[in-house]
Amino acid sequence: MKPTLHILDAYIDGIGLLGPGLVDWPTSRDILNGDAPYEYRTTVLPAPASLPPAERRRCGPIVKLSLAVGFEAAAMAGMPVEHLPTVFSASGGDGKNCHEICEMLASDDRLISPTRFHNSVHNAAAGYWSIAAAATATSSVLCAYDASFGAGLLEALAQVMVDRTPCLLIACDTSYPQPLHALRPIPDEFGVGLAFSPVRSARSLARICVRLTSDPADALTNGAFEQHRAGIPSARSLPLLIALASGRATSMVLDYFPNQRLAVEITPC
Amino acid sequence: MTSPIGHGLAQTLDALRDSRSGLTRCDFDSVDLDTWIGRVAGLEDYGVRDDLHEHDCRNNRLLQMALEQDGFADAVRAATDKYGHDRVGVFLGTSTAGIYQTELAYRRRDPASGALPPDFNYATTHNTFSPTGFTQAYFGLRGPAATVSSACSSSAKVFASARRMIEAGMIDAALVGGVDSLCLTTLYGFNSLGLTSAQACRPYDAERNGISIGEAAAVILLERLPEQVDVDAVLLLGIGESSDAYHMSSPHPEGNGARAAMQNALNMAGLTADQIDYINLHGTATPANDAAEGKAVQAVFGSDTACSSTKGATGHTLGAAGGIEAIICALALQHGLLPGGVNTTQLDPALSLDYLTGNRMQKAARALSNSFGFGGTNCSLILGRAN
Repeated sequence: MKPTLHILDAYIDGIGLLGPGLVDWPTSRDILNGDAPYEYRTTVLPAPASLPPAERRRCGPIVKLSLAVGFEAAAMAGMPVEHLPTVFSASGGDGKNCHEICEMLASDDRLISPTRFHNSVHNAAAGYWSIAAAATATSSVLCAYDASFGAGLLEALAQVMVDRTPCLLIACDTSYPQPLHALRPIPDEFGVGLAFSPVRSARSLARICVRLTSDPADALTNGAFEQHRAGIPSARSLPLLIALASGRATSMVLDYFPNQRLAVEITPC
Repeated sequence: MTSPIGHGLAQTLDALRDSRSGLTRCDFDSVDLDTWIGRVAGLEDYGVRDDLHEHDCRNNRLLQMALEQDGFADAVRAATDKYGHDRVGVFLGTSTAGIYQTELAYRRRDPASGALPPDFNYATTHNTFSPTGFTQAYFGLRGPAATVSSACSSSAKVFASARRMIEAGMIDAALVGGVDSLCLTTLYGFNSLGLTSAQACRPYDAERNGISIGEAAAVILLERLPEQVDVDAVLLLGIGESSDAYHMSSPHPEGNGARAAMQNALNMAGLTADQIDYINLHGTATPANDAAEGKAVQAVFGSDTACSSTKGATGHTLGAAGGIEAIICALALQHGLLPGGVNTTQLDPALSLDYLTGNRMQKAARALSNSFGFGGTNCSLILGRAN
């Protein structure tokens, strides 16, 4: 039987944001709206207070970034994190750690440390999140290169619709040092958290509907934001974040794969 | 599937029938560790399809071998003809993708600038998405796609992502599975944690002392249940997922997360524990992993369900383990062969289970496969015969 349903939809109850010149959602909302000026500043990652001291010392930038935007979105949504399913999507892992491992393995001293190794797994952020949040629910950990934000969005929305559960999407990217930076020039850290719910509540900010399209992705008129959008996979979410900041009903096309994009409609609650 | 015990299903089944192990003393690259590995023969002399040469690396070679076995590529093409190229998704698991390519490139950096060699392709080899992107390109697929990379649960978790995307109506079929290949990162990494054995690994043995790292690729075409089902078909009946919330590289000592994953899979399938005929254990052969899983299995199933780990044969193929063990379960169901775990001679008396050290020829209707990983990520699959 051919299904007729080709649209994913859910309610957005919480947002977390951290990026260059964007320190959290409440202040970023005014900046994305044009109500406050945007000033470029390198992303500053907070130490994750939620982790036990040993884990806090060991974790890398991708973990700090993921925990910051994840906790911000979940708190805004009022969702208890212990039982909240999560989707982590990142175009790469901890870039600096990866470089240092490759450098050691190409040297005479190949004995990498246990911490370096366990921080190298793509699900390091998901593992630390589970410890920090005492979260025992399922976690999907994805990578789709430049399409990572779109892949995470579809995964989270499918989970909300099929399993009728809230779900927290955490999409983050960190940069590589040289020489990998030359081949994968992600300029700065950027992370977004979106808390989705299958039902509308007093916390709901907007309804989101997503379907596949072959239309080209929308570019942004603001030069700085467009530079982030084009340069950092998780910042492909910026048109969506700008629509949410505006509080207006908006249709847009988000980037996904080279031959497949996402048509997104936002309807404020 | 391709693994250290064979290229394709027929060789795999023969190896299981003969209780053959594919593990050998480590001779990979210049690795100077006292350990054993499961190595796939022939990868060095094999190349990916000419038009996809940018994707050429050990990991994608191994994956292409699996794509081209047992009529798999024809089945995918039939599905795309039936549903359309944008209605077939790709969800593949991997832990390290083609990072070996980067390890090799770091040995050839420009002495003056430090730059990586110009023939090195980061996006299509090293990046975690590489095997999934390679598969999309191989078949020209345009449906939703992602690599699932949650360490050693990766290629079990792909079934969950694909199932949700099919149920949501976004796709009609999904190519799922996983691939991981030998590299220095995992060999030296697991060694740093003291988790590699100096012998061929012995899951659930009283003397077990670590893993043997292997490489493998598994691919499976997942479709919605049709009205007419082939009697030999194997169905995905349930998936259970959970997180430990305990430690980055050690399982919860009582196996709480593992227990929740198995119970969640039974719940989704609408089955009780006594309706499972065989459990393919995660069974990595580290002291902590097998102890935690053994306790969890006993808590859910008691001591009478036949079980074994096939990692003594294949090695621990990391992000490919869930995929190859799902296929081994399917073979077990189709052929009434419950594979005994090889290398295990003296069962751990503390783990009171019906652990098979030899093959048992027995009709089986349903099997459960466990896959657990670093970061406390757990996934259990339940497969069943259609008839």
